[in-house]
Amino acid sequence: MEEMFQINGTDLVIKVPRELDHHCAKRMNMGADRIIERKNIRRLIYDFRMTEFMDSSGVGAIMGRYRNIRLVGGVIRAIHVNDRVERLFHLAGIDKVIEIEKEKSWMKAGSQKEDSYGTHQ
Amino acid sequence: MERTNEMSIEFDSRSCNEGFARVSVAAFCTQLNPTLEEVADVKTAVSEAITNAIIHGYENQVHKIRIECKAAGHELYLTVIDKGKGIADIKKAMEPLFTTRPEWNRSGMGFAFMEAFMDEVVVVSELGCGTEVHMKKTIGRKSHEFPE
Repeated sequence: MEEMFQINGTDLVIKVPRELDHHCAKRMNMGADRIIERKNIRRLIYDFRMTEFMDSSGVGAIMGRYRNIRLVGGVIRAIHVNDRVERLFHLAGIDKVIEIEKEKSWMKAGSQKEDSYGTHQ
Repeated sequence: MERTNEMSIEFDSRSCNEGFARVSVAAFCTQLNPTLEEVADVKTAVSEAITNAIIHGYENQVHKIRIECKAAGHELYLTVIDKGKGIADIKKAMEPLFTTRPEWNRSGMGFAFMEAFMDEVVVVSELGCGTEVHMKKTIGRKSHEFPE
């Protein structure tokens, strides 16, 4: 399995799992917190390129890290965010406190949505 | 008379069952010919209700969660039942951003997401007895809006 965390200087890049629910968020949060405690991290970058499902646990994960990292002047960025994830961020209001970079639309239309449910025929 | 179809599942309140539960409901939902967005809506709502049962209802102890589904016409009826500790103040619990567990990385958005993605959400709860979340959503009406 590919490594979930990657440290680039003071950036911590987190590859968000395919399904970000309560179960998967527990592991992601523990791993991220362990690195943030030990290293000098100033920016968390959540990479959503693999993510096909997210619920409020994903929002909670980012809110929890945001509380801590802003104390040291850090920021959170979410990249490759699809429409669905963006909508959840917007409903929760965290699009106001983190930087969001949308996924390009051709990516969404292709790989991501069609294979995940198999329901639409 | 309108044809109805029902399904129920019961499983342990372990977080590893969250994915299984929402996929099962999504699979049941396909008979209503949902759009991808509607499937995603239902999966999110199921996931929120089950996470609530695991974390708040049973406080991470392992007991049973039951899901009952009914398809009738264009409607999907969905009930998530736990026999956990119950909710003291349902109105408060359903307020966006309210959570009793910020230290567990809860966002307080669970019920808000259920209400955003389902047409109706009714919560019945009794302290010490458990909680039932009843949800309803009209499915498949918008299929024609998604050209192939």
